[in-house]
Amino acid sequence: MTFALIPLSHFLILSGVLFAIGTAGVFLRRNLITLLLSVEIMLNAVNLSFVAFGRQFGTVDGQIIVFFVMTVAAAEAAVGLALVIGLFRHRESLNPEAFTSLKW
Amino acid sequence: MMFSAAFDAVIPVICLAMAGLAIMLAESFRLKNESMPLGGLAIIGLLGAGTASIFLWDRNATSFGVVTADNFALFVNLVLVVVGIFTVWFSSQTVHRDKIPAGEFYTLMLFSMVGMMLMVQATDLLLMFLALETMSIAVYVMTGIRRDQAQSTEAAFKYFLLGAFASSFFLYGIAFIYGISGSTSLDRVGSVIAAQSMSGNPMILLAVGLLIVGFGFKVAAVPFHMWSPDAYEGAPAVVTGFMSTGVKAAAVAAFARVFLTALEPMIAEWAPVLWAIAAATMIVGTVVGVAQTSLKRMLAYSSIAHGGYLLVGLVAGNDVGKAAILFYLAAYALTNLGAFGVIALLGTRERANDDLRDYAGLWYSHPALATLMTICLLSLGGFPPTAGFIAKWYVFSAAVGSGYYWLAIIGVLSSVVSVFFYLRVVVMMYMSERDARPVPAPITTIAMTGLALTVFGILYLGILPTRLIDAAQASVATIF
Repeated sequence: MTFALIPLSHFLILSGVLFAIGTAGVFLRRNLITLLLSVEIMLNAVNLSFVAFGRQFGTVDGQIIVFFVMTVAAAEAAVGLALVIGLFRHRESLNPEAFTSLKW
Repeated sequence: MMFSAAFDAVIPVICLAMAGLAIMLAESFRLKNESMPLGGLAIIGLLGAGTASIFLWDRNATSFGVVTADNFALFVNLVLVVVGIFTVWFSSQTVHRDKIPAGEFYTLMLFSMVGMMLMVQATDLLLMFLALETMSIAVYVMTGIRRDQAQSTEAAFKYFLLGAFASSFFLYGIAFIYGISGSTSLDRVGSVIAAQSMSGNPMILLAVGLLIVGFGFKVAAVPFHMWSPDAYEGAPAVVTGFMSTGVKAAAVAAFARVFLTALEPMIAEWAPVLWAIAAATMIVGTVVGVAQTSLKRMLAYSSIAHGGYLLVGLVAGNDVGKAAILFYLAAYALTNLGAFGVIALLGTRERANDDLRDYAGLWYSHPALATLMTICLLSLGGFPPTAGFIAKWYVFSAAVGSGYYWLAIIGVLSSVVSVFFYLRVVVMMYMSERDARPVPAPITTIAMTGLALTVFGILYLGILPTRLIDAAQASVATIF
């Protein structure tokens, strides 16, 4: 299998790039939904490194951790989307600039 | 018996979870206008958890290989129980007044405490992450529980976004630790790090850095504190009191457990970083706090500064420092709960009454309340004979004991500056005339009793701290 030849570092670099994309998204994007998606990208970048490390060790631990993380991500998304709906009801906007009743 | 032995260490957590589920059920079967003592159910669960923690003392129980009930965790559990009981006590008045859904509120509070206790008791990084999320997600919802207020929802979203952001950093740190040691268990990680010389390894440095970012957010250490003034100001005052004490206690304790057990061999690498963070946290929390006009926001910055003092104990890393962290957590929890209790009780549904001007002339309308608030503020500022003074003295002596003179000096100076803004409130309460604002409603006897108890605790720990210090020292001796 050619797949087995891909070294660990490639996975880690990909995961680092994804994590950086997510981080940049949180800081740069101006839409609440996109902010939530950026955080999800960050979590999935971490999932990728867990799986990659797990494969390196030849155990399933890494993959099991990913299931836990996916559950957490789902719970977070549920709360996050509920809060976005709550915010939208108050301001009729998804732009973070509109939410200024508290100083950043 | 096999069964009981396996579950020993999680009994406190089970008590809270059962009480939370009971409240959830009670709420869903409640008739439209039926009133139920849901807060009482929460108190039962909390007392159960507290009793279990006392019975588990000195037994070093462990469950499932990932949860431990060592004295360190039990001490923090007891602090958390106190936090929970006072939160229920003060919210029994305000939940009804603010039309907060009581069932949801108490359930979320107990579930977040499940997360806090598990976070402190976890000896596995994955469990610690799951517990941190259990705690955080419940607290995000509690922050935004007043859906009719734009401010509350906004605070919740900011808290949520930055919290989730920080959790992914924390998780990334765990991923690297796992990649290095092949395990997430603190024991295994510690032995791998101790066995090999890891100081030059970039991956472990990255992992430690990411963990510091993750914990730093939860502790609200500078430069990761941006969320906390907004979240503390926007949340209902009872919730602010709860999260500024409970979340901080759990996060600091977990921080100490990870960094002083598994990562202790690398203390030379992380101590300078935490030194800088602790110094920045104390300075920024104090200096920015001086400029605030909202009492809640001012106390938010004050709680950032207190996070800095706690980190001083962690940087010192010696036995005194570890015990000082525990004592500080207890003293700080009582003090902040009292202060936020006063704010919560003075608010009304329409107005939070948390502006500094709202406290002008409080002495003339509510003399007892003004006295209690004064003692809380003096304890936050570190005046003798209050708990805050002993706690600060203990932390700084730990720093001096480890040779961190500058850190102790920065700490003392920043607490001198912080006295200015605490005293400003006191002066406001006693010496200025009340303007045209309406006088807040009188406070019920039950709530006053609760406040008086926190103040009694503050003075007790300030005058006779020996017993608690001994307990704190005994509890760190067993694990580190």
